[in-house]
Amino acid sequence: MSIDQSRIRNFCIVAHIDHGKSTLADRIIEKTGLLTQREMQAQVLDNMDLERERGITIKAQAVRTVYKAKNGEEYVFNLIDTPGHVDFNYEVSRSLAACDGAILVVDAAQGIEAQTLANVYLALDHNLEVFPVINKIDLPSAEPERVKEEIEDVIGLDASDAPLISAKNGIGIEDVLEQIVAKIPAPTGNREKPLQALIFDSLYDSYKGVIIFCRIMEGTVKKGTKIKMMATGAVADVVEVGYFGAGQFLQTEQLEAGMVGYITASIKNVKDTNVGDTVTSALNPCSKPLPGYKKVNSMVYCGLYPADGAKYPDLRDALEKLQLNDASLHYEPETSMALGFGFRCGFLGLLHLEIIQERLEREYNLDLVTTAPGVIYKVFKHNGDMIELTNPSNLPDPTEIEHMEEPIVSAEIMLTSEYIGSIMELCQERRGRYLGIDYMENRAILRYELPLNEIIYDFFDALKSRSKGYASFDYELKGYEVSELVKLDILINRETVDALSFIVHKETAYERGRRMCERLKDEIPRHLFEIPIQAAIGSKVISRETVKAMRKDVLAKCYGGDITRKKKLLEKQKEGKKRMRQVGNVEIPQEAFMSVLKLDEKK
Amino acid sequence: MKKNKMLIEQLEKDTSCCEKRQLSLYLHIPFCVKKCLYCDFLSFESDQEHINRYVITLIKEIEKKALLFKDYELKTIFFGGGTPSLLNGKQLCQIMDAVKMHFNVPIHCEHTEMEISMEINPGTVTREKLSAYYQAGINRISIGLQSANNQELKLLGRIHTYEDFQKTYQMARSIGFQNVNVDIMSALPNQTLEQYKDTLEKILNLEPEVEHISAYSLILEEGTYFYDHYEYLDEETDRSLYELTKNMLFEKGYYRYEISNYAKTGHECLHNEVYWRRKEYLGLGLGASSFLAEKRFKNTNDLNQYLEEDFSRYEEQELTKQEQMEEFMFLGLRLTKGISLNEFESNFKVSLYDVYGKEIKQLMKEGLLCLDDYHQHLTLSQRGFDLSNYVFRYFLK
Repeated sequence: MSIDQSRIRNFCIVAHIDHGKSTLADRIIEKTGLLTQREMQAQVLDNMDLERERGITIKAQAVRTVYKAKNGEEYVFNLIDTPGHVDFNYEVSRSLAACDGAILVVDAAQGIEAQTLANVYLALDHNLEVFPVINKIDLPSAEPERVKEEIEDVIGLDASDAPLISAKNGIGIEDVLEQIVAKIPAPTGNREKPLQALIFDSLYDSYKGVIIFCRIMEGTVKKGTKIKMMATGAVADVVEVGYFGAGQFLQTEQLEAGMVGYITASIKNVKDTNVGDTVTSALNPCSKPLPGYKKVNSMVYCGLYPADGAKYPDLRDALEKLQLNDASLHYEPETSMALGFGFRCGFLGLLHLEIIQERLEREYNLDLVTTAPGVIYKVFKHNGDMIELTNPSNLPDPTEIEHMEEPIVSAEIMLTSEYIGSIMELCQERRGRYLGIDYMENRAILRYELPLNEIIYDFFDALKSRSKGYASFDYELKGYEVSELVKLDILINRETVDALSFIVHKETAYERGRRMCERLKDEIPRHLFEIPIQAAIGSKVISRETVKAMRKDVLAKCYGGDITRKKKLLEKQKEGKKRMRQVGNVEIPQEAFMSVLKLDEKK
Repeated sequence: MKKNKMLIEQLEKDTSCCEKRQLSLYLHIPFCVKKCLYCDFLSFESDQEHINRYVITLIKEIEKKALLFKDYELKTIFFGGGTPSLLNGKQLCQIMDAVKMHFNVPIHCEHTEMEISMEINPGTVTREKLSAYYQAGINRISIGLQSANNQELKLLGRIHTYEDFQKTYQMARSIGFQNVNVDIMSALPNQTLEQYKDTLEKILNLEPEVEHISAYSLILEEGTYFYDHYEYLDEETDRSLYELTKNMLFEKGYYRYEISNYAKTGHECLHNEVYWRRKEYLGLGLGASSFLAEKRFKNTNDLNQYLEEDFSRYEEQELTKQEQMEEFMFLGLRLTKGISLNEFESNFKVSLYDVYGKEIKQLMKEGLLCLDDYHQHLTLSQRGFDLSNYVFRYFLK
């Protein structure tokens, strides 16, 4: 099957979170008639339950539809959905590379936000043709004219004929479809050249093995082609090629330059098919890979332990399976004195961590204990060695350390002017370095450099609460800087609990230690004896709280011989104890290990 | 203390000489003039017509169920509520007559007459009523006072004043009741040590003195007004009230024979001991619990269903040997006398140490259990009393 390249449009939709990207995608699929309205489940592209529930897109997905334009011609649309969140920037970037154009969705009430900018710049970097669409025009607070101006002033895109739409209510969708045809360029590429295809996603399927999502740049691929991944060197025979129906794979004879589709081959591991890698023919390879492949590095690390120690093998199996679908998840076994056997896992960001944790608990039915997330510190020793530290417990003795470095990000915060003061205060508290501020009408973009370890916990929540939800935020890793870091240990009943240690800047150590002790005091139930909770740097205790000894635990009444009720109460209490971790002779509830995350919450 | 031990041993001997199996009766009267704000037990306000029908139904239940207990002899009877003293003299008489007619009542035990207790709300009785109860055979009354402070009584949603209680108490004494319990409650919202001390003093100075005192701390039960509107008293005060109770009652010669029950020697509540010692009892009336042949079950909780003479067993559960042993421990240990190692072994044909050796060792190490080597009894320590739930949890598997 051969399709005229001029009738193909490969595009994506970029937007700030909640501006209606997925809803517009749904409408496009619906209006192009691949599915009837009745068959549509809301948000077809968001496959995972979790995505639908959270209303966000985690994995990039693609769909192929056919549109009969007003000029009478049929066009093939390949819509590639992209994640909006900064954690998944790398995936966004790969998805964009598979497209020739992008639709920029902007909320008619909220206007441009931090992620709008970040994503639009990303799209322009990839030389995509971008046209704006103004969504949610039926909201009472919609100000399409103001938003148009904003788009022109801030981004410099022509917004004069931007479709005014409501994706939710199906208003103006035709305009969008026509502009896709008119404004987004058709792909180029020669089907006779050696194969060169960009992997923008991959999926593990228990029947088909690894499914590669790719954009064919040059050449042709079909069943039987011997393919090679240029970065990993993996070689395999193509079993099947096809394109994306809504929520299903439709087999086809071959994929040619300009097309978007999938390839299955005898590949067993997602690790062999890195997003961003180039697929070529093993027998007739292209001269060089497509630009832009980079290894994705984890930014955030934490320990994951099964709540029930006996479930360790289950957790290992679950992580193995998850990794098949999520190559950006890293893990290696570790042992904690307090928590037993578990894994140190690396994530793209805190959201990624939360999603993995939730998927493990939900899809694999595991009960997990998570330790405080941390970043990768570089530890330079006097003997010239450098260690990349992901687990605070492995910090060498301070006498061996020459200096330490921590990752720094540059952040852009977009907000209305009334909150500038309080958000600047927040950034200062988090050791931010002010870079500058740009104003546009009544809004501003605040630029800061911030240590990553200051934003991975609850920065986003603090930002939202201090700006009443009006601030938005985007960041990218800038590099490493020397920093005065110390390891804060927590001692419970005079024993160091390794799983509670964390690395913190010297200046904030005292405050963090104090709040950590306070928090733990509330979390740890009373025992028969008094339990001191101490925060210490090395051998120096900087804060202390005490969980008083239990003095009363009595059930007095017994109504009319109802013994069963009494026993049920005792059993319920006993059940609660099972969710505890024994450290020395103290029982610590599992939630306590996440305490460090809640240090900023007002009590 | 010694005297008391002898007495209980004496009682045990008495009961063992009886040929017939012994049975205690609990009769539930679920009605109240007004539900107290902290109460989560099966009780409610009602009208006279429902009470009449209830009494008739209860008598039918007695007639019907007594047939199954031909081989039993009654040991104790307890009227609980709700407010059993909402019944008028005639109603109580009818119930008692039915009990006496259909169950085997011991003709006379040499040392003691059968204990027949009834809960009394001071706001509900007259001299005639009390006399009628006495005539009908009630020989122990338990007066729900809770506090001697009228403001506190109001806060609790009680329908009586302290003066009402005094009147009731004197009336009962003049009628001839010689075994009286008073319920008191500590750790009420915002209660001070002085307020509570005043309540204790008033009760301890009653003339003639009361034989038995049940002293509880307020429990905020889910679903009550109190649960939604109050918090527990701070621990310091709570514990000082609790210490005060122990000390003042001890000084006045009350012996703490169970976690929250204090008595003058020889006036321990026998009916309560039935529960703790896992003796058999039959519950009659709405929602009443029974324990027979190692089975626990209840009557229906639905008044209409009950009035339609549904006397069947609900939530019936046959206890496994493991559960029997668990109960033996967490019920028996409530008593100051604790549990007998020999009794455990003769009941379960296995030594206590074989089953709970590890737990007992740990709890003794923690200072919560004591072993009386000579008598081979295991008891809670003073601290063990305060942390009894903690101890009991150890014995659940």
